[in-house]
Amino acid sequence: MSWRLWLPFMVFFGFLGLAAYQLSQPRDEFVKSAMVGQELPYFTLPAAVPDLPGANSEDFADGKPKLLNIWASWCLPCIAEAPQLEALKDEGVEIVGVAIRDKPEDIARFLSDHGNPYTRIGRDDLSEVQLGIGSSGVPETFVIDGKGRIAYQHIGDIRAEHVPILLEELRKAGR
Amino acid sequence: MIAELGLAALWLAAALAALQLLGGILALRGGTESDIAGLTRPAAILQGGLVALSFGALLWVFAITDLSVKLVATNSHTMKPLIFKISGAWGNHEGSMLLWVTVMALAGALIAGIERRLPERTMQATLAAQGFVALGFYAFLLLSSNPFERLPQPATEGMGLNPLLQDIGLALHPPTLYFGYVGLSVAFSFAVGALLTRQVTPDFARAMRPWILGAWVFLTLGITAGSYWAYYELGWGGYWFWDPVENASLMPWLAATALLHSASVLASRDALRVWTIMLGVVAFSMSMLGTFLVRSGILTSVHAFAVDPERGSFILFLLAIYIGGALLLFALRAGAINEGERFSVASREGALVVNNVMLSAILAVVLLGTLYPLLTEAFDVRVSVGPPYFNPVGAIFAFPMLAVMAVGPLLRWRKDGFGRISKEIALVAAFLLAGIVLLGLLFGLAILPLLGLSFAIALAVASFLPLRGRKLRRVPIETWGMVVAHFGLAISLFGMASESAFTEEHLAALEEGGATSVGPWQVRLEAVEPVAGPNWTAIAGRMAVSYEGGEPQTIAPQSRNFWAPPQQTTESVLVTRWNGQLYAVMGADNRGGRYQLRLWWKPFVTFIWYGGLIIALGGILAIIGRVRGDLKRRIVRRKVAERRAEAEALA
Repeated sequence: MSWRLWLPFMVFFGFLGLAAYQLSQPRDEFVKSAMVGQELPYFTLPAAVPDLPGANSEDFADGKPKLLNIWASWCLPCIAEAPQLEALKDEGVEIVGVAIRDKPEDIARFLSDHGNPYTRIGRDDLSEVQLGIGSSGVPETFVIDGKGRIAYQHIGDIRAEHVPILLEELRKAGR
Repeated sequence: MIAELGLAALWLAAALAALQLLGGILALRGGTESDIAGLTRPAAILQGGLVALSFGALLWVFAITDLSVKLVATNSHTMKPLIFKISGAWGNHEGSMLLWVTVMALAGALIAGIERRLPERTMQATLAAQGFVALGFYAFLLLSSNPFERLPQPATEGMGLNPLLQDIGLALHPPTLYFGYVGLSVAFSFAVGALLTRQVTPDFARAMRPWILGAWVFLTLGITAGSYWAYYELGWGGYWFWDPVENASLMPWLAATALLHSASVLASRDALRVWTIMLGVVAFSMSMLGTFLVRSGILTSVHAFAVDPERGSFILFLLAIYIGGALLLFALRAGAINEGERFSVASREGALVVNNVMLSAILAVVLLGTLYPLLTEAFDVRVSVGPPYFNPVGAIFAFPMLAVMAVGPLLRWRKDGFGRISKEIALVAAFLLAGIVLLGLLFGLAILPLLGLSFAIALAVASFLPLRGRKLRRVPIETWGMVVAHFGLAISLFGMASESAFTEEHLAALEEGGATSVGPWQVRLEAVEPVAGPNWTAIAGRMAVSYEGGEPQTIAPQSRNFWAPPQQTTESVLVTRWNGQLYAVMGADNRGGRYQLRLWWKPFVTFIWYGGLIIALGGILAIIGRVRGDLKRRIVRRKVAERRAEAEALA
């Protein structure tokens, strides 16, 4: 009898164990960024609209915590979170926008329709910042502390109940 | 009443499956002459009839929308068109499982009724295995997913069907795959039967072959239809996403393709015995694994509507006893089966072995890529494996396989030399190299599309070479089957490579009256109109499209809102020309009178599915050829037996 004949059985047994273990685990639908707690990756993005500057990773190292909002004019939940971003801006929070795969005229129309909470907006036509920061969808919002470190990740649109949570995270990050 | 009748028939069928298992086991231990062993075949046949009756009852309660049945109330709606009411019977977990056992029991009845080539002991063992597999599914249905469960109070209205599933293509897609899976379950039972009695013979391969071919044809059609559905219904413009569930349908196909070729070697040359048995087990494992991945929701996928972790556990249990049992049996018994006839590398068998190794490697690549996220998640790392892995890694094995596929059918059985077919090899190589050089210079394509197009052209030529120098009318039908199937693969490959090389995409925000273009097409959005359907409302963008400034034609893609349950879908419009498709999707959001349009021009994309259909046609021709051959052989055998009996009587 050859050990090779047992190989398929062993492999299958391994799979069974793995599948049984995974089935017993609770499902987590969110893809958490592995970058939380680390330095923001280096980037420079061109301006998305004429009257606001683009976004650079260096902007974040000025000692003041900020929000980095990954969004797009083609994204419906981004419209839903617009009032909450306005509320955060009214609290004095600085919000840097990264517009994913977007066009300047669409961005401008979105800002005139739904308000502009941003101090800077960078155009990320290749999703390079989005991928670099570990965001798997639009919208996502990151709290960046004054030293340019990623402190917190919020997945999905910001609802009214998330505003205090984000303010708390900003405070913890040294606001 | 009808529902209770269906349930009673199902219980009786389960009892008969138990009898079938018992009879088979007794025949194995005692002998085929005992009383209960004699009942195995009738039990299988009767069981087929009872399950068919049960499934008929389910179709009936869906057709009349009997809202006192829980399954109907949760999955149907009185306002749905009749055809979707009926397809709703298997557009859910319970019904689709019942469809599965129905097809399986009918297949079991068929082999019990007509298969007489194999030694009776092997047949009994095969039917016992079939009964064992069926019994697991009956337990699943009757204990945890009874399709005929009544509600204490009949519902006033049904809860609808997922609108994405209200589509004729999708009404046919799951049954097609199930026919394929069931065909593989029969091959599995044959393999287990042969293992139990150690009778791995060419006759065994011949008995198994029509089932593998049938399964393979259905899987080919199922994958083709599913891919086309994803292409036009999901509105993403892609035809294959390497989604876990798509992979789950591809893996059995790859295994069945390998099994098909190795069974051919076993049937013709009595070689590759152990390997064929192994593939028989693997092919069915892959279909069970597919079912498990779809139903358990263990991997995130577009098929998330079918998810239920509890059912996942049940299927995992079935998977464990069927496949674990079969692999254990394989480990214990396969050592006692010798490998069979020898052959040289340069021979038809040699080429088929290379084909098998490459197909198995691709299968391993897909399996690994599909299950890898499952493995890393155990260590809390979330990854998703996509085209950047599957395309290049699969291609490493696919292109050598295509090369062997071009020349393999030209080789003779047992021992041959490449010198004998050097002219043909040179011809195919010339086409391949010319393709690479010309297409590379003309279009500057990326490596995979370039190789894909060149191999497609070379393979299309090569697939007809086995017919050279033969009288076409005397070529056996099964050889035509091979030629047609190989040609179909070339066509499909051409479509895939062309799609990835030449697709043009354009996203536009247009006002009514606005115009844009994509590839050779001019598109003008003439008007946006509201449309109402039986259970949805929509906006339709009426546009005039013209190819290279020719006569314009009107199309109207829709963005639909269903209300039971509320859900938004896109109805894309495809304009098909012989050389490709214009793909237009209407977006729902209206921002200041502008509408989002998504337009694609996809040259030769339709070849992907034409190719799939041609491959399936090749499979059908092969079945016709093989079954006809088997029938002729059977008639000859009977005549010989009659003559011998006559001669003996005279003597």
